[in-house]
Amino acid sequence: MTINRRDFLKVSGAGAATTLITGCASQGGASAMKGNPKVVVVGAGFGGATCAKYIRKWGPNIEVTIVEPNDNFVSCPISNWVLAGMKSMNDITHGYGNLSKHGIKMVKDYVVGVDTGKREVKLKSGSSLSYDRLVLAPGVEVLTDSVGGYKEAEAAGKVVHAWKAGPQTALLRKQLEAMPDGGVFVMSVPTAPYRCPPGPYERACMVASYFKKAKPKSKIILLDGNPDIASKKGLFTWAWNTFYPGMIEYRPNNAPRAVDGNKMIVSTEFDDVKADVMNVVPKQRAGEVCGMAGARNDSGGVWCTVKLDSFESTTVPNVHIIGDSVLSNLPKSGHMATNHAKIAAASIVEMLAGRPPISVPVVANTCYSATSDTTAGYVANVFRFDKEKGYVTQPDGGATGQGDEINLAYAESWAQNIWADALS
Amino acid sequence: MHKKSILLIAGLSFAAIGTAHAADLRTQAISATCLSCHGPNGKSGGAIPSLAGLEKGYFVQAMKDFKSGARPATIMKKHAAGYTDAEFEAMGAYFASLK
Repeated sequence: MTINRRDFLKVSGAGAATTLITGCASQGGASAMKGNPKVVVVGAGFGGATCAKYIRKWGPNIEVTIVEPNDNFVSCPISNWVLAGMKSMNDITHGYGNLSKHGIKMVKDYVVGVDTGKREVKLKSGSSLSYDRLVLAPGVEVLTDSVGGYKEAEAAGKVVHAWKAGPQTALLRKQLEAMPDGGVFVMSVPTAPYRCPPGPYERACMVASYFKKAKPKSKIILLDGNPDIASKKGLFTWAWNTFYPGMIEYRPNNAPRAVDGNKMIVSTEFDDVKADVMNVVPKQRAGEVCGMAGARNDSGGVWCTVKLDSFESTTVPNVHIIGDSVLSNLPKSGHMATNHAKIAAASIVEMLAGRPPISVPVVANTCYSATSDTTAGYVANVFRFDKEKGYVTQPDGGATGQGDEINLAYAESWAQNIWADALS
Repeated sequence: MHKKSILLIAGLSFAAIGTAHAADLRTQAISATCLSCHGPNGKSGGAIPSLAGLEKGYFVQAMKDFKSGARPATIMKKHAAGYTDAEFEAMGAYFASLK
């Protein structure tokens, strides 16, 4: 059989029409008839930006719009390094300019409502966007109401969580710089699950690294809401004993109940802890927009449960949730968010073409933590998809017990590459 | 035309409208998860090696050796442990195709 170019195009056209018809049938929606399928992505962090980019890569006929209120991407990973003085805010801040090269439309706005029946997102500016599929990648909402006195102290600049990298990261660095030698830095760890399990313990290392050089008589009190170090325990215990002996006081089962910005006190169930710098990280839940979509559907109404082959909500059709808002055994990390994004992107492309989700059979998490200004360690795990059990952790993964110089170099390279993968 | 030919052309037409065939997309999706560390299109900045354009045989052998411990590694031993030989082959072919 030979096909000349004209015949090929003719038959291709027929194939495309067939695809559209099956697409309509399985969606049961009229919107696909109006033209190209539309995806709206809420949030341009690790998850959202990556998902938008890979949907365009794998489904160039799909119109993708991102709604993001911020001008720039500020990376949570590596933000602890800013506290150590190893990196600047500029190093962790990146523009969204390159996303338009992939045909992604950026809308600087804030979502104020989601009508999952009409498949429409309402924006603060008053306009709205319709979608065939909606991707929610808002990260976490930090529940500052859960700690007494927090909102007042935060407004006065006396306490920060700095658990969303940005102005609070810069403020915390300034407060640490202004603290006298011999001062006390009090930070807290929320009860799991929370964004970035090793993050608080890495932060303790990074602040200790700065203190060791600049103000060695200072002390760190780490109030942990958990019964033990929640991630990379061996690595952090090794780092604290090796590099910062006597500097970090670790108190498990010590969730802060209240803060007092005037007296500079963090209160737990047991006592009042006097601080020079307060870094209390409250508990979290799935981002606000997940609530608007009715997708905070775990038993506590806090996190979102999803079908792990597509990251579509288990209860709200056509709404996919990726990143830290998802409750699953996959860790809440920026790296994992980018891999949620890729699984969701592949499945969304398939589903919009009227085919079943793709069920990516294997996915991995990688997470580096700096342990000093010259060393880092990591945790890595591979997860395989099982229809009944979801992503199952494979044997032989896990964390390093010590940090070293090569892994600090890899950590830095990881950051450059994941930022580029999401944004360039 | 025979029925078989029509099906063949319908398959081609998916590629023509820009949607990769499912099996191919699955390989691309698995491989894409490696790029969170190894950089967009397999091109890395810094200490992590690039994957773009690696010869397939080299890639597959390296992954098998990371898995067995024959080749010293840091994080790659833990990653390689979770993948199958068939996945190494599929990913190797894909990375070799990246320029």
